[in-house]
Amino acid sequence: MYEIVVKKSLGEGVNLYGIYAPDIASKVLPGQFVILRVSDKGERVPITVANADKKEKTITIMVQTLGKTTHMLSELNKGDSLSDVVGPLGVPTEIEKFGTVVCIGGGFGIAAVYPIAKALRDLGNNVISIIGARSKNLLLMENEMRSASSEILIATNDGSYGTKGIVTDVLRRLIYEDNLPINRVVAIGPVIMMKAVSDLTRERHIKTMVSLNPIMIDGTGMCGACRVLVDNKIKFACVDGPDFDGHLVDFDNLMSRLKFYKEEEKASYECHMKEHHNKV
Amino acid sequence: MDKNESKPFDAKERLKIKRHEMSSQPSEERRRNFKEVPYGYSPEEAVEEAKRCIRCKKPYCIEGCPVNINIPAFIKLIEDGDFLGAAKKIKETNSLPAICGRVCPQEDQCEKVCIIGKRKDTPSVAIGNLERFAADYEAEHGNVHIEIKTEKDKKIAVVGGGPAGLTVAGDLRKMGYSVSIFEALHQIGGVLMYGIPEFRLPKDILMRELNVLKDMGVKVFTNAVIGKTITVDELLEERGYDAVFIGTGAGTPKFLNIPGEELNGIYSSNEFLTRVNLMRAYDKSEYDTPIKIGKMLVVFGAGNTAMDSVRTGLRLGYDDARVFYRRSRKEMTARLEEVHHAEEEGIKFEFLINPVRFIGNESQNVTAVECLRMELGDPDESGRRKPVPIKGSEFTISIDAAVIAIGTNANPIVPNSTPGMDLNKWGHIIVDENTEKTTKKGVFAGGDISTGAATVILAMGAGKKAVVAINEYLETGIW
Repeated sequence: MYEIVVKKSLGEGVNLYGIYAPDIASKVLPGQFVILRVSDKGERVPITVANADKKEKTITIMVQTLGKTTHMLSELNKGDSLSDVVGPLGVPTEIEKFGTVVCIGGGFGIAAVYPIAKALRDLGNNVISIIGARSKNLLLMENEMRSASSEILIATNDGSYGTKGIVTDVLRRLIYEDNLPINRVVAIGPVIMMKAVSDLTRERHIKTMVSLNPIMIDGTGMCGACRVLVDNKIKFACVDGPDFDGHLVDFDNLMSRLKFYKEEEKASYECHMKEHHNKV
Repeated sequence: MDKNESKPFDAKERLKIKRHEMSSQPSEERRRNFKEVPYGYSPEEAVEEAKRCIRCKKPYCIEGCPVNINIPAFIKLIEDGDFLGAAKKIKETNSLPAICGRVCPQEDQCEKVCIIGKRKDTPSVAIGNLERFAADYEAEHGNVHIEIKTEKDKKIAVVGGGPAGLTVAGDLRKMGYSVSIFEALHQIGGVLMYGIPEFRLPKDILMRELNVLKDMGVKVFTNAVIGKTITVDELLEERGYDAVFIGTGAGTPKFLNIPGEELNGIYSSNEFLTRVNLMRAYDKSEYDTPIKIGKMLVVFGAGNTAMDSVRTGLRLGYDDARVFYRRSRKEMTARLEEVHHAEEEGIKFEFLINPVRFIGNESQNVTAVECLRMELGDPDESGRRKPVPIKGSEFTISIDAAVIAIGTNANPIVPNSTPGMDLNKWGHIIVDENTEKTTKKGVFAGGDISTGAATVILAMGAGKKAVVAINEYLETGIW
C-alpha cells in the first residue's frame, strides 16, 4: 500500500499529495510519471511526478478534482493509502546544457515542468520560466519555480497577477519584441497551450519539447491506448514519451482522443457524486 | 482391493466407448454473457471418458505435452475414481492444470499424437477435458495446500507474473527456493489476467491457482516494472537475488500502419481485452473502466487473440461482430475450437480482405473502413500462400469500432535496461533453447519475450526448462 504522508490543499479542488513510495522516489527523474489507482476497482490514472524526496522516500503529485477517481482521491487524508502506485514510467526529459531554456507551465503543467526547470538550472542553463493560470489563486508552485529560474514571468487570464493573458502572449513578447535568443523551450500544460507554443516557436525554429498526456492503461507499452501521431508516425506516449518534439506532434488528434470517453466519465462522476451525497 | 480399481485391460472394449464432449452453455445465451462456455464433466462423464484410454506401451501423449504430464497415469487414476490422486499426479509436472485444461491447444499437442485418435472413426481421448475435471475437482474437494519440505538459502526473482513466470515460481518454490514475482500491473497472471476472457478462463479459477502459489510462500510484488522501478542488475547486485528469470511476455502491439489508425474507436487487441478483462469494463456497476458499444465491430487478424476479441465484442453488446482476414480460412492460426465457438455464436468470418484506410468523422471517431479484396498467390517465407490485392476491388463498410489483432513486437523496457543481455534482430531475448539461459550470467528468460507471440503452454514449457537449469546453476554455481 502507498500511504499518503502529506496532503495540502492548494485551493479550488487542487491538492498536493506526498506519497510513500520508496522505489519510485529513489529512481524518478524529471519528466517521468506514475500510474495510480485509488481503489481496487478503480481506473489507472497517469500523473506526472512533481517532486521526489529520496530521504523521506516520498513522491509529490498535484491533482485537480475533475472526475470520479480524482474526487475519491480528494476524499483521502494523511494516513490513508492508495491501492496502487507504479513507476517511474516514461523516458526522462532530456537534461543537457542547452544555454537559454524557456520553461513554460500552464495550470497543472507547472507541477510537471518544475522538476525539469530545476534540473536544467542545476546543470547551468539560463532558465526563464513562464507560468500561467486562470487566476492568481490557481497559480501553483510559484516560489519553487522562482527558485528554479533566473527569471520568472507570470500570466493570468483574468489579469489578477502578472500579465493579463496567456503564457503564449508572454513567449511571443520574448521572441518577437525582446528578441531573446532561445536555445530550447519546454512546454507543459493543456494540449491547446502546448499546441499554441509549438506553433509560435516553429517559425523561429526553436526546438520545443512538450509532454503528452493521452489516455493510458498499463503505461508499459503493452496496450497502445496512448498512441499519438508524431511526424505522422504512431508513437506510444508511455514508452516512447511522454516528451516529444512539439513541432511534429498532431495535437488535434490528441485532443480528440482525450475526449473519447468524456460522456462515460461524466456519467460515472455524476453517479458517484449522487451516491456520495446520499451517504453524506 | 479398492472396489473402484479399473477393469482388466481390454483395448477393444475401450475403443467402443464414444468420446464425451463437455456440455456447454447454448450459443444463443452465451453470446450475450461472460460466463464460461463449457460446463465441465460430471464425475460419471469423466470416468467414462477415462475408460477410453488404452494405456499404450509407448504413450506419445506425454511427449506431445510441452510440460510432459504423465497423462496415462492421471487418466487411470480418474478411471479408478481417485480424482484427487489424478490432480496430484498432474501437479507433479504442471502447477496450473485448471488453466491448461482450458486454454491449451490439445488438438495440436497431446491429443494430436494420441494413438486412438490416429485410427479412423475413434477420436483421441479428451485429455484436456480430463485435466480440467481433475483440477476443478481438487479445487472443490481437496486440500490444495502444498508443503515445502526443505528450505533452500537461495533467492530467485521472477520478472512477470504470466504463464512462464508462474511456472518457474511454483516449481522452484516446491524445491525449497525463496521466490519473488515482480509484476508490472496491479494483479499477477499476465495474459491469463488481461488477455484471456472470462468466458474462456474464469478469473475465479485463475485467482484460485494464484492463491495456491501465494500459500506456498511465493512472494508477489505488484506495481513493479523491472527496468523502471528496479533493474535486473539491481535485483542481482543489490537485492541479493541469485538468479533472475525474465518472462515479461508479449510486447507492444503491432498496428496495420494504414491511414486513419489513430482515430478513436480503433483498439489494439491488447487494449480492448485489457479494458474488458483486467479492468472489467463489462461490469459497469462495479468498475470504472469505460468502453464504447455500437453496431458494428470488425476484428482484423485470425489468431486466438482475434477470436477472443471478436467474441468479447459480441458479448459487450455490438449488434454485429466480424472477423476480417487477409488470407483464407485454411491459413487461420486460431484453434479450431475457438473458431467453431465463435461461428456458433453468430460471428461472421470474411476472408481475403485487407484494410487500406480508416475513415472518421469530425470528432475523429472511426465511422468506416476501406478494404481491398485479395487472392492467394505464391507461398511466402512462412510457407503460406501470400495474399495479393485484386485491382479495383475496393469497398467501404461502416463500422463503429475496430480491433487490430495481428501480433506484437518485443517490449523494450527490460531488454533496454539490462546491459550484457543479447537480443535478436526483432528485439527478443536470445536464449539457449535447452536451458533458457540468456547471454548474461544468472539471467534466464522464456515465453513470448524470447520466442515472440506464442501460447500459454509453450511459455510454461519454457519455464519448465528454465527451472531445471536454474536449479543446476544454483546448486553448482557453474554458468
